[in-house]
Amino acid sequence: MSETELAKGGQEYPRPGREALVGAHTGRREPGPERRGEQPMVPEAEFRSYYGKPIINKPVWQSPDIPGYLFLGGLAGASSVMAAGAQLTGRRGLARVAKVGAAASAGLSGVALVHDLGRPGRFLNMLRTFKPTSPMSVGSWILASFGPAAMAAAASDLTGIAPGLGAVATAGAAVLGPPLATYTAALIANTAVPAWHDAHREMPFVFASSAVTSAAGLALLAAPASECGPARLLGSVGGAAELATGRLMEHRMGMAAEAFSEGKAASLHKGAQVSLAAGVLASLAARRSRIAGRVAGILLLAGSALTRFAIFEAGMASARDPRYTVVPQRRRLQERAGNGGPNRTG
Amino acid sequence: MVANPFTSLLEQSEPATASGYADHPPRMGFFTDTSVCIGCKACEVACKEWNHVPEDGLVFTGMSYDNTVGLGADTWRHVAFIEQRKPLGQQVTGHGDAGIRWLMASDVCKHCTHAACLDVCPTGALFRTEFATVVVQEDVCNGCGYCIPACPYGVIDQRQGDGRAWKCTLCYDRLGVGAEPACAKACPTDSIQFGVLEELRERADNRLSQLHGAGVADARLYGRDPDDGVGGDGAFFLLLDEPEVYGLPPDPVVTTRDLPEMWRRVAVAAALVAGAVALGFARSVT
Repeated sequence: MSETELAKGGQEYPRPGREALVGAHTGRREPGPERRGEQPMVPEAEFRSYYGKPIINKPVWQSPDIPGYLFLGGLAGASSVMAAGAQLTGRRGLARVAKVGAAASAGLSGVALVHDLGRPGRFLNMLRTFKPTSPMSVGSWILASFGPAAMAAAASDLTGIAPGLGAVATAGAAVLGPPLATYTAALIANTAVPAWHDAHREMPFVFASSAVTSAAGLALLAAPASECGPARLLGSVGGAAELATGRLMEHRMGMAAEAFSEGKAASLHKGAQVSLAAGVLASLAARRSRIAGRVAGILLLAGSALTRFAIFEAGMASARDPRYTVVPQRRRLQERAGNGGPNRTG
Repeated sequence: MVANPFTSLLEQSEPATASGYADHPPRMGFFTDTSVCIGCKACEVACKEWNHVPEDGLVFTGMSYDNTVGLGADTWRHVAFIEQRKPLGQQVTGHGDAGIRWLMASDVCKHCTHAACLDVCPTGALFRTEFATVVVQEDVCNGCGYCIPACPYGVIDQRQGDGRAWKCTLCYDRLGVGAEPACAKACPTDSIQFGVLEELRERADNRLSQLHGAGVADARLYGRDPDDGVGGDGAFFLLLDEPEVYGLPPDPVVTTRDLPEMWRRVAVAAALVAGAVALGFARSVT
């Protein structure tokens, strides 16, 4: 045996160190004809992992903070545009609801974000730099400018103080609102989480429609029905667009879409679809029925929120299961090898 | 000239130069040759000792000799143990027909050329050192957690009760005084080799052909290729099976590679929100 030989004559058999040839010439005898070469014991499995452990570390973001923030950011952003539209067209009741809604959602989303920080005392560190490569940095600056504008607009509307400044603030919030509503798609898609990243092409449009849906929902729920014409239209269009873009997203994201049909994400997803479909129908009926308008408002708000919670949970589930990371990457490698491209694991 | 923030994503460049170091030492890294790893875990221990990394759970996992499971806030070197009913190369073990091979591999932060954790960090707590490694400044990190799901390898994580994100620093403090990182210093078989990345790549190529020549057809390099989805790893490996068997992603891609496209779509979607609401008011009576 090699140990004995080493003991007998260390100098003749120097320790091989980093040059050690594992598996080579270490046997006691030459391989017989029946055992030449490697003999696979089992056929190569489609998917292998390290004891089934996840490959990526799952997000430490908590529910309801983060999915709640995704929803509130959308609601605040689209509401601020609606507030400007209502103000310009003289719908004062609708404008007030939208302004207060935008300000309250912005305030709550700020609280949710700070609450979710591992070191909440250091939340101002978000503003010590500006990085376009970090959607969270860009978003912090958007929220930091949007929040005061939306709050000033709401405060001026409620108190009647400084209406001129209030109008400027309303316009400012309306400009910053749309990016606030959609940047969150880049925020979560810009990760290695399969169900988020693989949806990066469609997610901004899902979030955009979801934001419009929720703002229309809030208006239908709380604004005077006589001023709710635009909200009824936007509720039905937004809800339908949210359903359609959601479908498209699932269709195009590949294997990660399976995360939407399992576990908690599946129930939330189903709930979102049902609420949205019912909300669209109710907002179509709202022209004739005041009650239908209020019901539509609740359904659209719930549908929009459930969409964000479903996406959040699907992402978490896809991070926990190594299949979602390994299988699509393995397929990508096979396709590349098939196309004669370089094998990137090599 | 205004620096393009996506420069580092678009160009194959020396990361330290791309990060603004005019004059810097050569890029340093690790070559972890798992074919000579004996699973002693000296690297895990040395890392904890030098970096004051807290205890990471004294539990029995049943995963061979692995009780630390994977990299995280409190595990900066992780030794994986894989038992397979398969002979190693030409080895004859006498254990049944197939023999058993025991793969051991010490995993670590890859210090990517295009590091997603660094790109997405909103505070600037994560930064590129002059050695082209990636380090967290614990006095700046506010615990937002964005780096954690951004990492395609599952390296960085949040420390419980502390809230901040932690990972391997490639012993930045030791590098600064010309010492090698603690894990490489402690490794008794030179499975962990520290040095100038270019030299390590050359050494790894030689080692790979040596092993292939000896009949170890399974041997392959992982993270060595500067054209891969992360622009090559500063810490790369020689493996004896597919990467996923060791808990590594087979084809990792830096998520920010797709970010310019995401931003374009976010902008279009934002315009649609504004346009849809405007149209809603224009079209609607009452």
